Order: sequence, then structure tokens, then C-alpha cells
Amino acid sequence: MNVGQPASAPKLPWRLISGNHACALGAVAAGCRFFAGYPITPSSEIAERLSRLLPLVDGVFVQMEDEIASIAAVIGASMGGVKALTATSGPGFSLKQENIGYAAGAEIPCVIVNVMRGGPSTGMPTRPAQGEIMQSRWGSHGDYPIIVLAPASVREIHDENMRAFDLAEPLRTPVVILYDQDIAQRTETVELGDANGVARAQRKWASGPPAAYQPYATGEDGIPAMSRPGAGYRVHTTGLNHAENGFPTQSPQAVERNLGRLLTKFERHRDLIDSWQTLGCDDAEVLIVAIGISARAALRALEICRARSLRAGLFRPITLWPFPENALREAASQANAVLVPEMNAGQLSLEVGRILGGKRVEAIHRFNGEPITPAEIAQRVETLAREMNQ
Amino acid sequence: MIVDSASAFDVRTYLRQEMMPHFLCPGCGHGIALRALLWAVYELGLDKDKLAVVSGIGCAGRLSAYIDANTFHVTHGRPLAYATGLALARPDLHVVVITGDGDCLAIGGNHLIHACRRNLKLTCLMLNNEVYGMTGGQVSPTTSETRLTTTTPLGNSEPNFDACTLAAAAGASFVGREVTHHVPKLKQLIRAGLEHPGFAFIEVLSDCTEIFGRKNELGSSAEMVLRQKSELRPSAYRDTVDSPFRSSDLPTGILTKTERPEYGAAYRTAAAAQRARLAASTDQNKGRT
Repeated sequence: MNVGQPASAPKLPWRLISGNHACALGAVAAGCRFFAGYPITPSSEIAERLSRLLPLVDGVFVQMEDEIASIAAVIGASMGGVKALTATSGPGFSLKQENIGYAAGAEIPCVIVNVMRGGPSTGMPTRPAQGEIMQSRWGSHGDYPIIVLAPASVREIHDENMRAFDLAEPLRTPVVILYDQDIAQRTETVELGDANGVARAQRKWASGPPAAYQPYATGEDGIPAMSRPGAGYRVHTTGLNHAENGFPTQSPQAVERNLGRLLTKFERHRDLIDSWQTLGCDDAEVLIVAIGISARAALRALEICRARSLRAGLFRPITLWPFPENALREAASQANAVLVPEMNAGQLSLEVGRILGGKRVEAIHRFNGEPITPAEIAQRVETLAREMNQ
Repeated sequence: MIVDSASAFDVRTYLRQEMMPHFLCPGCGHGIALRALLWAVYELGLDKDKLAVVSGIGCAGRLSAYIDANTFHVTHGRPLAYATGLALARPDLHVVVITGDGDCLAIGGNHLIHACRRNLKLTCLMLNNEVYGMTGGQVSPTTSETRLTTTTPLGNSEPNFDACTLAAAAGASFVGREVTHHVPKLKQLIRAGLEHPGFAFIEVLSDCTEIFGRKNELGSSAEMVLRQKSELRPSAYRDTVDSPFRSSDLPTGILTKTERPEYGAAYRTAAAAQRARLAASTDQNKGRT
């Protein structure tokens, strides 16, 4: 497993950069040409970097008056056909939720970075946490689909931000990138490939005669083609429940048909969406499931465990939502017990417990701003293994 | 001079006929404001494909759906913020915002003052009917003092905003106000706003006959609109009054018009200059951020 360093010999000069810096570089490499944000610790470096980078590529950076305006401007830019990003942290993520729901419902592509810090409320702005695992999935009102990616290293933040655009654009959805303060502000040595000339996934644009165009037509793959303002389609976009023609409707049949399509639109694209890493799962009697900085600690814990002849494995969802359920079931097939270290009072462990119903699922919960240590995880694995073998 | 193109202008060519009949109440002034907007669009010869209309939530917010253009009905209070992103990303579009007094001054008040300050080219029409009509008639930031609403059963005791004074104080480079009674004048004002190379704020004094008028026994729509003409309704914008329609010197027409740099153009100019500087630089690390 290779979350920290690239496996191959470096072809380019290595750079020592922070996770937030890597995030900004990944956005530009993915073709992002619009950023709107509002200062908040510990994500502000993303905005600062993009305020310099975007003008160089004929993009636009704007610092808006508040968090809500930032996500609104991002969705507005995307409605204009431009790849757009915003970045925030817990309190700002809460403020953005209504408009994230709008983007999901109206199917406007955009990427939202949420750097997780302590909570609730103002919490601990300079300390890591993993408290938005559930909010990132369920934070806006009503039923809606969303994709959440959870990188665990500086390099992976860069790459997953690029992948976020490659999912958001063709699938017409908001994508959240979720990582904690620890990874956001640590610096790591990375080798970043040259993304110039690499084809990125594109939005499916409307073609054909405007009179026949339906902005929310079901289509073959469940993803309607989007129209670009100025291209002659002149359609209506709304947060109200709408029919295929984009106009508001209260017809139960039309709402069920269109909202039903929206809620299931990821199903046939799971090959594209799902991403995870496994290590040592083939013979693992204790499976660790973790994301972000907790997964980094778990990596080291695995080495400790194996050195003590404890058969531990790691399952690390990189796409957190929709959760890669089948992959987790497979990874856990040999395990007698599952351990979920997470920096909150119990979120990821709920989903893991739901998926692995019947299996013993335990958690290490931490919400004091101190990352969970490899030694703690190894100790719990050892205890669990002993208990299960009794 | 008011150009009389009324006979040549057919509003239906700018409306989505499939959306008719519209859902506005009988007597509502919003339809008049919509007509005036489309009339101005017609006179200026704006390309419908390049026209983007962003609206918020409420009765005014629903108007965008009727316009044959690129229309975006967004979240409550946020149309100016959505429009800011759209206009910055697509300077080739002509972006118009339609909002109401609650949408613009209450939940969206922060976006209004910053849009005024920023001076991005946008035309913002705020239709002021003094009430939250869509939700059944609650008090709004522009409801005249003493007025009855469903949430001021004892009479409104909060002072109300003068939206134009607010916009001007926040730095709007174009501010205007008109009443729905004077349709050609309203059209002229909107036309001037559409032509303004910066942020244009236009308050349209509309009327809510069905809910606000009925609650306050203000008579028919015609009576309400005639009061707008003869007495320029909200004398209560600044002082407590027992009759909201007593004579007032509330000004109409273009109230503020100044020239200052348009935000989008200024940004693009600065960005181009930075790119030129880096292109001319011999520094091996140029542009590496």
C-alpha cells in the first residue's frame, strides 16, 4: 500500500508541499477554472494558493462575503459550464449544506473540499477530527445522492481532487473531498505528474435540436445531458422538484420518476465511483477499517501487529460515499472482528456495523484533537484477537 | 425621452408560452414588472441565448420560469451570489437577477451589500411588495410601520428599509426606483440598468393585492396602484405613520449613477497583466505556486 510515497522512481523533481497545497494543484490540473471561498481554518491555504494559480490559467478566483455565497457562486459558475471548486471546514460546511442539496437536486457538477477540524460548533479549529463522515452524506435536507472521497495523504489529496472533477462532471453531481486537518497541513514529499494533455472526463453536453431537448431526460445511463448557456437551449433550472422538461411539478408520477432516477443514478456507475485499498485482508482475523489520518496510524499499526504475529488487515475506503459495501464484505470475509479507529464519537463504525451485520465491530473513538496512535490500534487488535480466540 | 416601442413589442415572444397561465394572483404587480423587463430586453435587442435570469425564492423568484432565456431558480436569498459566479465565469452572458424584498433584504441582505460594493456587471430587480406573499403574508423588511401581516397582528412596529438608500450606501454604482403604474418609465429605468456597465440595483414598487392589500383593507389592485402614482406609497420608509399612503417625496427614477471599474473586467485585466509579467520573466520558477 502506497499512500505516502509514489512507488515508481521519480521522473520529476519531488516537491515538499502541504495537503492543502496539493489540493489546489490538483484542482488546476483537473481543469478547475473557478474557485469561490471564504477564509476558514484549516482550509484557507487552498484559497490562498488558488488566488495565485487561477489567474495564470485564465481562471477566476473570488473571495465571497460568506460561506453560503461561496458555494452559491461555485454552483453559478458551474451552471455557466466552468469546472468549479470551493473549500471550507466544519462550520462552513454546515453553512453550505442547503446549497449542496441544490447542486445535488438540480444536478450541477461541483467539488467541495471539507477539511475536518474539531467540533461541534467552532470546536478546535487547528486540531484534526473526522466528525463530518455522516454530515457529508446526509447534511442537506431531503433525499439526494452525493459522492464523498476521503484521501489519506498529501499525494492522494492531489489525485483524488482530480478524480473528484472526473466524477462530478460526467455524473452531474456535487463531490465532497473529506480530509482532516492533520493531512491538510502536514507537508509530505510528492512527485506530481504532468497533467497537461491528459484527457479529463467531461460533462455530457446537450446536442441536437433545442426543441427536442429535455434537460432531465432519463437517457441511457441515467445522467441527463446538460445545456450550456448560450448554446441555444434556454432551459430552466430549479431547486423545486421538476419534470424531465426542467419545470416545477407536483405530479406524484413525475416526481417519483425524476427523483427516483436521481436517487439511483450512481448505481450503474459504481465501477467508476468505488475506490478502496486493502492490505493484509486475505488472512486477517482482525480487520481495521479507517480513513484519513486514522488510516495512516492503522498502516503503522499493521506493521506492529504483523511483527507480533497478529493477523491484522486494513480496509480503507477512498470513496467514502457511496460506501464500497461489497468490497468491505469481501475484505472482512475472513475476519472474526472488525476495529474502526475514528476521530469522532462513532460514525464510520455505524456504517461498518450496518454492512457487516452480525460481525463483532468495535471502535476507537477520539474527539480530543489528538490523533489515534498506531500503538493504541495495535493494542486493541491484540486484545480483540485474544478475546476472539478464547 | 421615452421611446414608444409598445406597439412593436410583443411580450409573448419573450415568454415561455407552455408555462401559461402564470401563477400570479389577480392584481399582482409582478407581471407588470416582468413585462417592463422584457420590453427593455426587446428594445436593447439582447440575444435571448445570451440572457441569463437568476431568481431567488418567493413570488418574484417564480418569474424566471416564464422567461424564454437561460433561467435559474435558486435558493432563498442567494440569487445574487449564484449570479456572481455565473457572471464571473461567463462574462459573455447578460445576467439579470430577479428578487423580492424578503429574498433580497432579509435572508439575502449580505449578498446585496457586497454585490453593491463589488460592482460586477449584474442587473438586480428587487420587486418590493412589502410582504412575504408566497408563504402567506408575513412581515418583511420593507413592510410599512403599523401594517398588519400574519406575523404582525398588532401592527408592524419595526422600521422598514429604504432599499435604494441601502444600496447606494453600500456603493452601488447604479440605483433606481420606479412604480408599476408607470410602465414606460419603469421600462426606461430597467433599460438604463441593463446598459449600465456595473452593478445596477432597481427597486420596483409592486403591490400584493390578494394578501397584503386584503389584510390591510387597501382596496382593489387599481386602487393600490393608483396610490403608488399619486402618493408614492411608502412614506413610512423613514418614519412611523398612521397612513402608509400619505404624500411622500420618495424619489423615483435613477437615483445614483457613478462610473467605477467593473469587477470582472478589472479582475481579467489584472490576471492578464500577471500572465504577461511571468511570460517576460526569465525566472526558472516563474509561475510556480
